Amino acid sequence: MAKVPVQFTLNGSETAEFVDSGTTLLHTLRDKIGDTSPKGGCHQGTCGACSVIIDGELRLSCLTLAETCDGAVISTTSGLSENGILHPLQRAFLDTFATQCGFCTPGMIMAAKVLLDHTPNPSRDEVVEALSGNICRCTGYEPIIQAVLTAARSNSQNAA
Amino acid sequence: MELRKNYFADVRKDDLHEIGQPRPRSDSPGHVTGKTAFFADRTFPGMLHLKMVRSPHHHARIRSIDTSEAEKHPGVVKILTAKDVPHNVYTILILIQVGPEDETVLADGKVRWKGEAVVAVLAETERAAQEAAAKVKVDYEVLPAVFDMEEALKPGAPLVNEYHGQNYYLYDSGECRKVRFGDVEAGFAGADHVLEQSYQSSPIEHAPTETTGCVVTPEGNDRFTCYTNTQAMFFTLDNTSIILQMPGSKLHFVGGTVGGGFGGKVDVIVEPIAILGAKLTGRPVCFIYSREEEMQISSPRAAEKVVIKDGVMKDGRIVARKVTGYTDAGAYSRHSPYGAQKGAGHYPGPYTIPNVWIDTYCVYTNRTPSSAMRGFGVTIGDFALEVQMDKLARLIGMDPLEFRFINAYRDGDMKAHRQPTEGAALIECMQEASRAANWPVAEKYLAMSSYVKGA
Repeated sequence: MAKVPVQFTLNGSETAEFVDSGTTLLHTLRDKIGDTSPKGGCHQGTCGACSVIIDGELRLSCLTLAETCDGAVISTTSGLSENGILHPLQRAFLDTFATQCGFCTPGMIMAAKVLLDHTPNPSRDEVVEALSGNICRCTGYEPIIQAVLTAARSNSQNAA
Repeated sequence: MELRKNYFADVRKDDLHEIGQPRPRSDSPGHVTGKTAFFADRTFPGMLHLKMVRSPHHHARIRSIDTSEAEKHPGVVKILTAKDVPHNVYTILILIQVGPEDETVLADGKVRWKGEAVVAVLAETERAAQEAAAKVKVDYEVLPAVFDMEEALKPGAPLVNEYHGQNYYLYDSGECRKVRFGDVEAGFAGADHVLEQSYQSSPIEHAPTETTGCVVTPEGNDRFTCYTNTQAMFFTLDNTSIILQMPGSKLHFVGGTVGGGFGGKVDVIVEPIAILGAKLTGRPVCFIYSREEEMQISSPRAAEKVVIKDGVMKDGRIVARKVTGYTDAGAYSRHSPYGAQKGAGHYPGPYTIPNVWIDTYCVYTNRTPSSAMRGFGVTIGDFALEVQMDKLARLIGMDPLEFRFINAYRDGDMKAHRQPTEGAALIECMQEASRAANWPVAEKYLAMSSYVKGA
């Protein structure tokens, strides 16, 4: 089968890959490029573990075809820390014990990042709404919500 | 965090360095940076994908299996049936002498539940494996099935599992696990009230976010490395060794990172067949449950039925308890004989009752095999017991928390299964709960202690 060339920016780096037509972005990122931070929990768009940011919007990489991402700017959780310094969201997830098994964590952080990028000081309800597409089966939702609110506070303190 | 130091002050050491101190979790930095390596984060060149052909029937004889069309499908590398598995009939707990072996890795002549693995297809891509699996032709003769535990125990019910010969697990104590303590009938005869109630539950699926699976690589020296999300590493290694008739020294298991388990990943299901596939093809093999398989195929918590009969006095003392528990193992044992046995020890609850009679049955039906899940064998029992406790309190017009103080076990009390109570802290927990929940109880209950009988 003829391969389709795809080129996009992944966590600030120019990336190119040849994919089979119909290949998902999740498969391309994990098995071709080697960025395994997005996770495959359901492969049907219901669990949110594969969430990534494409051109500033939250997307499910398991339902996104790689060939539709040509020219896109893509961010994943693995690219969030800079020079070994954790992003405020990563710091907050760590400090508030917002991880248990860790499988949903990268997707949760992506969903939270898009929220804070658009809404720097969200209400609790806005946090709940923003995370509503991400399932945590360890059911640690409360510390996750607190982590996002904590990160928002630390962002606004840094800005002040 | 608040530590209440007034409880057990005489046995508490105050030089503890860790208790009460927040400590960062060692695994969290990996989780928040996406660096934690789950089994599926490993990929190897030339890796094959395994898909299972599964039974569409609850109970059927297999007349024939035709894999000829599937073998011709582009990308198919190997197709495995029962005859390829060196020791095809196994049971997980044989490691601790809980037999007989009663479950097939791949169905041999018969299927006993809807979803049972029949044929394994290994192909270059997941899609090719899936498409080829759909081309495997299995000719079934459908047999009568039984789905209800009490129906399964009746004479003339369809026999679910020939390795047992009857639809219950035969313990060394007979058809059920038994606990006998005191004289339960005399207890009922002397009771002010007797209450018999029946409780039941449905199977519950753990639904972990990460589905069950493994990735296997042949190391080129007859050794195999298996990256797995099992919750039971050594159980899995040892059972794989039995199933594949391969010494444990040939098997290198890498795991410990589990994307949600809750007991759902303690069975030995994916690893043996994936390692066999790697052995027979010489290539890495990946076998990961789809979300549908995780929900429909992986073991749930067992359905249970619990019948509780209690004799209670007007002053609040429970004087007799008779419990009959039924655990639905589904078609195979897995961990359910152990779960039902745990129930037998547990049913008096954390209460001291002088006359106890308990029978717990592990029953086979043509349902999905059940297994471990968070406190299996006791969790549904606790639901039943505590609802029963509330009903008993209401029956005699007593506050439900005070009723529990009266019956709470204390250090030195003999439990029905003949183990003396040690380190009980139920009374102290209830005292604290009474304060925390603002559910006041009479002063005499706040003066009670787990140490002193009669205080």
